[in-house]
Amino acid sequence: MSISERLPIAARTEALESILVERGLVDPKVMDAYIKMYESDVGPLNGAKVVAKAWVDPEFKERLLSDGTAAVAEMGFKGPQTESLEVVENTDTVHNVVVCTLCSCYPWAVLGLPPSWYKDPAYRSRIVREPRTVLREFGLDLDEGVKIEVRDSVSECRYMVLPQRPEGTENLSEEELAALVTRDAMVGIAEVAPPA
Amino acid sequence: MDGIHDMGGMQDWGAVPSPAAAEKPFTEDWERRAFALALLSMRVSGTNLDAFRHSMNRLNPIDYLVDGYYGRWLRGAENLLTDSGIIAPGAVDARARKQLGEDVAEPEAPEADKPDYKPAGPGSIRPLDAAPRFSPGESVRAKDIHPSGHTRLPHYVRGRTGMVRRIQPAQVFPDTNAHFQGENTQHVYSVEFQSKELWGDDGEDFVLNIDLYDGYLEPA
Repeated sequence: MSISERLPIAARTEALESILVERGLVDPKVMDAYIKMYESDVGPLNGAKVVAKAWVDPEFKERLLSDGTAAVAEMGFKGPQTESLEVVENTDTVHNVVVCTLCSCYPWAVLGLPPSWYKDPAYRSRIVREPRTVLREFGLDLDEGVKIEVRDSVSECRYMVLPQRPEGTENLSEEELAALVTRDAMVGIAEVAPPA
Repeated sequence: MDGIHDMGGMQDWGAVPSPAAAEKPFTEDWERRAFALALLSMRVSGTNLDAFRHSMNRLNPIDYLVDGYYGRWLRGAENLLTDSGIIAPGAVDARARKQLGEDVAEPEAPEADKPDYKPAGPGSIRPLDAAPRFSPGESVRAKDIHPSGHTRLPHYVRGRTGMVRRIQPAQVFPDTNAHFQGENTQHVYSVEFQSKELWGDDGEDFVLNIDLYDGYLEPA
């Protein structure tokens, strides 16, 4: 079928839902619950809380880096697409960035569902071939001396980046720190900016 | 299979779109519905996550790309449901055309033909008694294989030599599990490749880490 003859995907979606609901195979209330969970309850704020805690609590940070799955479960974060979580730390000399070249696997329990750029063919294709250039396009111009480590998460192991704590945040509370942490920093395409 | 989904290293996709500060998970209502329908379709069709991924990988490349991420989820779900005899081929087209006002006959629901499949546990991580074949620090080569079925071995590491960095939790093998040929739990290794081994001497200098199943590796 040529592109011009295609049915709109919204119509296909409505059609499939109506067939499955009519036959009692899918309950729209269950669909609504799934949607609500990832629109309202599970998102990058979870990961931001993990990062802030690691910044203020050295023992937690050690547990987080040695067994990410168990450490985030302590905070209640677990679930689909986060069976195994490895947290990788950015430092003055190493910068980590995460991708899934095959489909867009992403650690849902700590970051929610993936953003558009993460799912884009340009990101999936280029970040494993020219990460420094891609990061520069995102506005992150790393020093030549910083080693880039790209993680292509094609098995069921998921990754989250522990970004560096910005300067000038010594007096902030854990909650105030969490508010600074962005989704993009936890995937590794940005740094955490100091408070404005 | 060697398909459009295996995007690592492809060229000419242009610039990555700029991140939006407060992007929501879904931009259009149909994406919400497609997301939930696809998750539920795995259960309704009696299949699994690996089969779902494969159901998207084997879409026609135009179907894979043109409606974006949740578009391929929806079409993948259609594949799973059709394969398991839950919906008839053409059923979604017919219903959609009818809802759009066309006078179309809809196919009868077929007899269900779900795969003979039962997972040994939740998720994909399983205990495995056998010792891992490789240890951290050991050199390994990704096999240069081109299976026509499902695989999670991207083309850009095939035939390349790297070093085992870490042993990951053992997992069911997607290549067999996607086709209901057994979980075939194996060790998974985080393998580190130097960028020059992957892309030659002229490219950028960086390290690529990727988690590879035991069946994808050979000693180097």
